[in-house]
Amino acid sequence: MNINYNQNEKVLCIEITEEIDHHAADKIRRKVDNEITRYMPRKTVFDFSRVTFMDSAGIGMIIGRYKMMKLIGGSLEIENVNESSKKILEMSGILKIIPISELKMA
Amino acid sequence: MKSIYDNEMKLEFLSKSNNEAFARITVAAFVSQLDPTIEELADIKTAVSEAVTNCIIHGYEDCEGVVKIIGRIFANTIEIEISDTGRGIENVDLARKPLYTTKANLERSGMGFTIMESFMDEVEIESVLGLGTKIKMKKMIKKIPIEEDSLELMSLGGI
Repeated sequence: MNINYNQNEKVLCIEITEEIDHHAADKIRRKVDNEITRYMPRKTVFDFSRVTFMDSAGIGMIIGRYKMMKLIGGSLEIENVNESSKKILEMSGILKIIPISELKMA
Repeated sequence: MKSIYDNEMKLEFLSKSNNEAFARITVAAFVSQLDPTIEELADIKTAVSEAVTNCIIHGYEDCEGVVKIIGRIFANTIEIEISDTGRGIENVDLARKPLYTTKANLERSGMGFTIMESFMDEVEIESVLGLGTKIKMKKMIKKIPIEEDSLELMSLGGI
């Protein structure tokens, strides 16, 4: 996981580099919550360009962070989502509340 | 003894969360002999991941047990059986409902069975309280056969 905080724009960018299952989601959750509490960003962006796998644990993890950002008056976005992750996000209905951008194939 | 299936495999592992990736990758490797598309393979991996996670966090909760997977191939259909000998499901119909979860505190989304059902062709749940749960899933790998005629036409067209 690579974390980058833009002080000027108050944007926290989290590049997830592992497969998001129940095992990984626990670790991601702890780390991201730490970063959000530390920076109190205006916006948190998950970069999914290196996410090759996600199951329902990812949905729980994303909704949890969405709620947290809402609580501090910020927003959450997901970038570079691949086909299979998009399928799961769509099924969960969270695309109605969280904006995403799709991964562009080179 | 000769199996009625074209191929069969068995896998047993401890209910540790770091085995979730091991389980889905192993099943994917077994299924790959049917030459699935990337999408079909992703669907199977996700369904296996959901079922195995259920065994670990619901079946065995805080104690450790053994998760068992049986994979069977018959023609172009893969059948996957994932079972635990944990606590069992109290109400299977309720558990199948989208967004239903008994573990909201763990940020579980309640989408596990919904994902299994929409990614696989068939999902059966057998569960006995105190004895365990068995999930049986099937998926047909829809290979599009290239007929010899069309191959011939293609080569003719190329000349």
